[in-house]
Amino acid sequence: MRLLLSCLFALFLNACATPQLRGTGDLGLIIERATGHVTLVNTSTRQPYARIAGLGDLSHASAVYTRDGRYAFIFGRDGGLTKIDLLEARIVKRVIQSGNAIGGSISQDGRIVVAQNYTPGGIKAFDAETLELLSEVPAEYAPGQFSKVVGLADTAGNKFAYALFEGGEIRITDFSDPKAPKTQRFPAGLQPYDGLVTPDGRYFMAGLFGEDGIALLDLWQPEKGARKILEKYGRGEEKLPVFKMPHLRGWSVAQGKAYLPAIGRHEVLVVDVATWKEVGRIPVRGQPVFVMARPDGRQIWVNFAFPDNGKVDVIDTLAGQVVHRMEPGKGILHMEFAPRGENVWLSARDDNKVVIYNTETFAKLGEIAADNPSGIFFTSRAARIGF
Amino acid sequence: MSANKWLIGLSLLSGVVCAAEPDAQRQKELVHLVRQDCGSCHGMTLKGGLGPALLPENLRDKPAEGLAATVYHGRPGTAMPPWKQFMSEAEAAWIVDKLMTKFPE
Ligand code: HEC
Repeated sequence: MRLLLSCLFALFLNACATPQLRGTGDLGLIIERATGHVTLVNTSTRQPYARIAGLGDLSHASAVYTRDGRYAFIFGRDGGLTKIDLLEARIVKRVIQSGNAIGGSISQDGRIVVAQNYTPGGIKAFDAETLELLSEVPAEYAPGQFSKVVGLADTAGNKFAYALFEGGEIRITDFSDPKAPKTQRFPAGLQPYDGLVTPDGRYFMAGLFGEDGIALLDLWQPEKGARKILEKYGRGEEKLPVFKMPHLRGWSVAQGKAYLPAIGRHEVLVVDVATWKEVGRIPVRGQPVFVMARPDGRQIWVNFAFPDNGKVDVIDTLAGQVVHRMEPGKGILHMEFAPRGENVWLSARDDNKVVIYNTETFAKLGEIAADNPSGIFFTSRAARIGF
Repeated sequence: MSANKWLIGLSLLSGVVCAAEPDAQRQKELVHLVRQDCGSCHGMTLKGGLGPALLPENLRDKPAEGLAATVYHGRPGTAMPPWKQFMSEAEAAWIVDKLMTKFPE
């Protein structure tokens, strides 16, 4: 009897001590920009499960994940870099790494987190485990002149590609020796505003604001230098004003074509990725901000700059045109697909909610309350190059 | 002169002075526009982003009229767009005045 009791007791203890096991593949987070919170969400139940405070100024914040999907690194506008644990729903560590930051990225091996900064312009590498500063590379493009850094993306071999807004160049910094990084520089064009790396990690592109065109660097043969594609796509016509800079993050490639936001034109540009020539353009209802492919590439979802930021257009890549137009809420800032794309989450900043839609039927599936939501980031990004 | 006449005179005067002030509802809209939509380039806290910081210490030494013209007409050749479709010149001047003193939350 005594034995039985102590067995039972041991069982009971065990049950209490062992946390409930779970994976991270269906988790994610929503940035609540005004209040410095993140809401943690589950993409299977489509419900929030925790909320974390104390992340500082999160306007324009973005997040990257460790490869196990358990930890997120959040880059805030105020230069804060916060590591959070999605399973324990808490802040693990937080450092203020610069005065004014814009985003960051994580290395191929998951060991280095790199932040890109506006002021002082440059990039900084941190140990992903401890957030200890490993090294920094100032974005000095002429003696004493520093540029804002944009478009930072991870590429093979713990190298990072990025562009300098004022400096007009693309850079590759190699952190294979994290404390002694090596940087290569390539002239790119006028005012690169954002960049992206292709899903295979081969090409880095920087969208140009100061001229019509996109700078393209082959990361397999960087010695060939950056070249310009889609040059003069505006054909000298007067540009429409751009009330918000487009983002190139959600790289959209489908069926051998890339879909990119035009600048100062209400169009999505279509490029053949074998020749890098323009093969079409699709009229949309505003200045595109995000042009994002559903993971299977069948659809491209487009949101817009002010004053059209309540609209979303959906392009069918087979039909080559917009097949669905919607007004899902006020101030649609970001879109994130469920890992395999059956639904999409949209943040409606001015409606204080995130709305969830079925991508096949366009039926609304639900909504989650959030305070001025901006970015939405799911752990499925952990395994993707350039996310 | 009776106190009444005084009051009328005063309110007329203040009416003239405040003609440029947008009404309360419109002020709210403009503050939201600046924090959220100007904020996408200048930062929600106006500490700067792709565009420069717009805090009083950054603007102090610049002529207000020039700044209001920048907001209204934009700066060609830079990323600063013209906002004239969305506000009057007086409203642009009101925004600059608030930016140079203390911008409402
Ligand atoms: C798409 C990005 C963008 C948006 C949106 C934007 N600005 Fe700007 N703004 C800029 C840039 C870039 C400059 C610097 C231009 C230059 O290089 O001279 C600037 C300059 C300014 C200046 C002059 C600052 C100085 O020190 O001379 C003012 C004032 C200003 N903006 C106000 C506003 C207001 C008010 C709004 C919203 C109604 C706004 N901006 C929206 C990009 C933007």
